[in-house]
Amino acid sequence: MKSFDFVQPRTVAEALAAWGPGAVWLGGGTSLIDLMKLGVAQPDVVIDLGRVAGMRSVDVQGDGAVRIGALVSNADLTRDAAFAARFPMVAEALLSGASGQLRNAATVAGNLMQHTRCAYFQDAGAACNRRDPGAGCDAQGGVGGGVAVLGASPACIAVNPSDFCVPLAALDAVVEVQGPEGGREIAMADFHLLPGDTPDRVTALAPGELIVALRLPAGADGFAGHSRYLKVRDRTSFAFATASAAAGLRMEHGRIAEARLALGAVAAKPWRVAEAEAVLIGQTPDADLFDRAATIAMAGAEPGDDLAWKIDLARKTAVRALCLAAAGTPARMPALPASVFAEPAGEKVHA
Amino acid sequence: MPLSMTLTLNGAARDVVLDDPRVTLLDLLRERLDLTGTKKGCDRGQCGACTVLVNGRRVNSCLTLAATLDGAEVTTIEGLGTAAALHPVQAAFIEHDGFQCGYCTPGQIMSAAGLISEGLDAEDPERIREGMSGNICRCGAYHGITLAVQEAARRMAADGQEDAA
Repeated sequence: MKSFDFVQPRTVAEALAAWGPGAVWLGGGTSLIDLMKLGVAQPDVVIDLGRVAGMRSVDVQGDGAVRIGALVSNADLTRDAAFAARFPMVAEALLSGASGQLRNAATVAGNLMQHTRCAYFQDAGAACNRRDPGAGCDAQGGVGGGVAVLGASPACIAVNPSDFCVPLAALDAVVEVQGPEGGREIAMADFHLLPGDTPDRVTALAPGELIVALRLPAGADGFAGHSRYLKVRDRTSFAFATASAAAGLRMEHGRIAEARLALGAVAAKPWRVAEAEAVLIGQTPDADLFDRAATIAMAGAEPGDDLAWKIDLARKTAVRALCLAAAGTPARMPALPASVFAEPAGEKVHA
Repeated sequence: MPLSMTLTLNGAARDVVLDDPRVTLLDLLRERLDLTGTKKGCDRGQCGACTVLVNGRRVNSCLTLAATLDGAEVTTIEGLGTAAALHPVQAAFIEHDGFQCGYCTPGQIMSAAGLISEGLDAEDPERIREGMSGNICRCGAYHGITLAVQEAARRMAADGQEDAA
């Protein structure tokens, strides 16, 4: 690991003042420390946010919105029973990711900032435009299904690995940011960038900007009764998604009044298509209907040489997530969160 | 610049001076404090051999910079029980043969202790397996590990009720 200076600010203002080119923010470290060991991240200054006050609480605001401090751990957010009850697919997504140890350390803001798990990005000996602009992309024609079928570019075919970000995108979460120019808010839909010809630009954050909180808007809990995250992966636990989907329905008199659908592991950002949600409005839940929505969501997907299976898998994952959401949110978190192997009858939230 | 810090390590206050901020908690324990019960496996947060409790929560010590831990309470396998008075998780691992070569065992036991304190439903083996998925056993002793965690969780719940009564 390259050597670095280590600073521990006590306030957001001190943290912002400590930033300079070559600096990185350290949250839980579960992604960053790993990349530093691999030589993929080589910061000059590590700014440890662990002592910064005021970023570790989950607060319900006056209008019913929920504000999650940037340093709240993934585990603490899932253990917040009131939060999990209002936003079950967020809790299910978090619990389907990583391991118990990693969830205890990892922070919600760090989850948004984690890098792709593309093997070629993580291998400092491989060509990667995201890590080293202009170097080329060894992932093209490479091994494995963990690459994008939507929104990719000749420069980069990496996917965003986050589970958490998928329901956040579906629920119109907002990212609160502070930076040298002051504060601003970024919609989840705009937070992660598609690669285009600048794959090294992964998020909309400007240099020196810091995530201070995430916010789920009032009304995002309207999907609580019919809300699931489903994740297909190489093994049942502790693996990144090959394809995933967050599905939420707001039902009125047996019909879909409002719908949310976002797909994970298919692009460099959570993939959400307004037309796919619109086709569900006013309809009665039905597998054929859900298949139409999922097909719209995957429109434009590029199979490349050998990824037709992944497009099919992502579409079927979305259909099944919608079917599960229509059946109702389980009253208790499944033993295997977001798993295709855990489909009990069991009591529903609004049984 | 050396970093001075104080840890509560297995119940005792320890002053530590770090000459380099790159030192992980795992390397601090093994290389500098001679606590070699915590094992280095993958060194990337994937195998769980390095699991310890920080402020009561199980974490991968290989991904934790020691410099972030000033004032923290750290518990390693050396501090969980003693040979004369085993921790219930340790006793259950012996009873249920929850190991073969033993290399992953300190991490398995620390992870199990953390999982039980998180409020595990010990009656559901699936929840035990899911909760322990951050700990890999290359010998494949998972059957015994699952039974051991279940037994320890039951025993600790019963002891807790007795203490409360």
